[in-house]
Amino acid sequence: MMFAGLSRNDKLLFAGFTIAALAMPLLAWPVGANYPDLLQKFAIYGIFAIGFNILFGLTGYLSFGHAAFLGVGSYAAVWMFKGVTMNVIPAVIFGVLVSGMFAALIGFISLRRSGIYFSILTLAFAQMSYNLAYSVLTPITNGETGLQLSQDDARVLDRMFTEQTAGLPSTNLFGLEMSGYPGFYFCCVLLIIAFFIALRIQRSPFGMMLRAIKTNQVRMNYTGFNTRPYALTAFIISGMYAGLAGSLLAVTDPLAGAERMQWTASGEVVLMTILGGAGTLIGPILGAGLIKYFENIFSSYNDGLLAESFSFLPDFLNDTLVFVIGPFVGEGWSLLLGIVFMAIVIFLPGGLMEGLARIHGWYRRRGQGDTGRNVAKQAAE
Amino acid sequence: MAILEVNDVNKAFGGLKALNAVNLSVEEGTVHAIIGPNGAGKSTLLNCFVGRLIPDTGSVMFNGQSLLGIKPHQINQTGVARVFQTPEIFTDLSILENVMIPAFAKVDGAFRINAWKTVGTRGEVRDMAEKVLEEVGLHEKRDIIASSLSRGDKRRLEMAMCLVQDPKLLLLDEPTAGMSRADTNNTVDLLQRVGTHITKIVIEHDMHVVFSLADHISVLAQGTVIAGGKPEEIKGNPKVQEAYLGGAHA
Repeated sequence: MMFAGLSRNDKLLFAGFTIAALAMPLLAWPVGANYPDLLQKFAIYGIFAIGFNILFGLTGYLSFGHAAFLGVGSYAAVWMFKGVTMNVIPAVIFGVLVSGMFAALIGFISLRRSGIYFSILTLAFAQMSYNLAYSVLTPITNGETGLQLSQDDARVLDRMFTEQTAGLPSTNLFGLEMSGYPGFYFCCVLLIIAFFIALRIQRSPFGMMLRAIKTNQVRMNYTGFNTRPYALTAFIISGMYAGLAGSLLAVTDPLAGAERMQWTASGEVVLMTILGGAGTLIGPILGAGLIKYFENIFSSYNDGLLAESFSFLPDFLNDTLVFVIGPFVGEGWSLLLGIVFMAIVIFLPGGLMEGLARIHGWYRRRGQGDTGRNVAKQAAE
Repeated sequence: MAILEVNDVNKAFGGLKALNAVNLSVEEGTVHAIIGPNGAGKSTLLNCFVGRLIPDTGSVMFNGQSLLGIKPHQINQTGVARVFQTPEIFTDLSILENVMIPAFAKVDGAFRINAWKTVGTRGEVRDMAEKVLEEVGLHEKRDIIASSLSRGDKRRLEMAMCLVQDPKLLLLDEPTAGMSRADTNNTVDLLQRVGTHITKIVIEHDMHVVFSLADHISVLAQGTVIAGGKPEEIKGNPKVQEAYLGGAHA
């Protein structure tokens, strides 16, 4: 039933994706990214980007405020940890639901406009949420300190079954602690489910309507479709994906701060989606993984480390290289990201997926060229 | 029986009176052409039928139901489809998808979340689309992307997108504008061949097209209907010759 109606290619795509996701520790090993904390980030931001792509890539609405849903998901999950139980399932469900409701509200208002006005509205809402989290909503968000666990949290359900321990409890899945690889695999399974749902949406009549809205909203209206609820549904779904990602961030590290809602975080998911390829299924996940991977590498570099890695070079070359590359690493990593992003938008507007498609097409043409020559040769003989 | 009744419709843009007490009655099953010089208010009138514009006063009744104040998608759902002056199609999607989408609007209504079933399982919708594509002669090209079609084919595609909904009333805004003679003839041929039971309103400049298609002609000049009748009556009407031909050559 689960796979009913999906084409052979889609089933293969899903199978391939599942295997790749589960084998991520192995796949990431050659590039030295095979530790759970980073892998977890790949999975979480992959979910975030898949959801964002449903709104931006499929429906054509560019939201600049999706970090707000990420933040709301985190806060909701931490509240669940504080109030009810350290089990991650209720926290994740609560995070998804709350951000879904939040998305319904913001989407309802923002979707009254489209194009740049929609983007500005979402940006304004996200910045508003960010500032509210710092100020008026301090009772809920704990302001600048951020929301975190404490000894005197209620944790009603946990108290009923277990004695309170001396230290702070850790997040768990029915007793299995959500740190290290179990934590990663929890996120990984959710990534696979998130991918599967996105695949089903993309292949469904609903997904077809979303793509049609992106292409020609006027025609949709004169064709008898009420486009607003379609766009709103897409907005809510992508908000729920963001909420899921946010609650998973809280699962791996049970604290939530307002900086998660800042506009830079909203911009990051836009970069991920465009870098990988907006509108494709795999692209956004690829973009998320790459950005998180390179962020991890480059932001940890500094001039000293650079000088060390070029120490085999003569001094003057070493100094020049450090001078040239220095501004692009560590704090300056976003400078590098910006340049790469500009290059992608200018030369490869379809993102990495377009790049792969071009390479594939090039190989196929070359292959066909060969067979063409063979046929000609046979004909000549 | 009249399927569309336009009564005393007025529309002004600022000081410009685009429509001045327009009365029109379109008989069911006929092809009704609206002709007139540039700026006569033809497109304005059409826009009043599909909810793009709302007249200042007057009424537009379709099948006994008022079309004023309801949204474009609701008007379409009552059975009015429209072909635009510049084809409005889904340029990034395939030809087949372009025609399946309106078919979904007909089968599933204005809004339905159908996110778990795949498009592939909706064979009945695909059949509807393929049948119409065959009729308009685009079936061979069903898997190519709409943006790569020629201008004439884009129009035929838009026509297919309307025909697949089997509308009660089809509005055609200059269906042959900018077309070569051959493409124009193809379009006329298509309109005579396909969906013959559908009531049509055609806005057209090409007199050859008008006289080969229309059962009834209304002449609009300066926002008013100055004449109406069968093609042969209109041909000989001196008022029309003065307003239309004279005006056009002035």
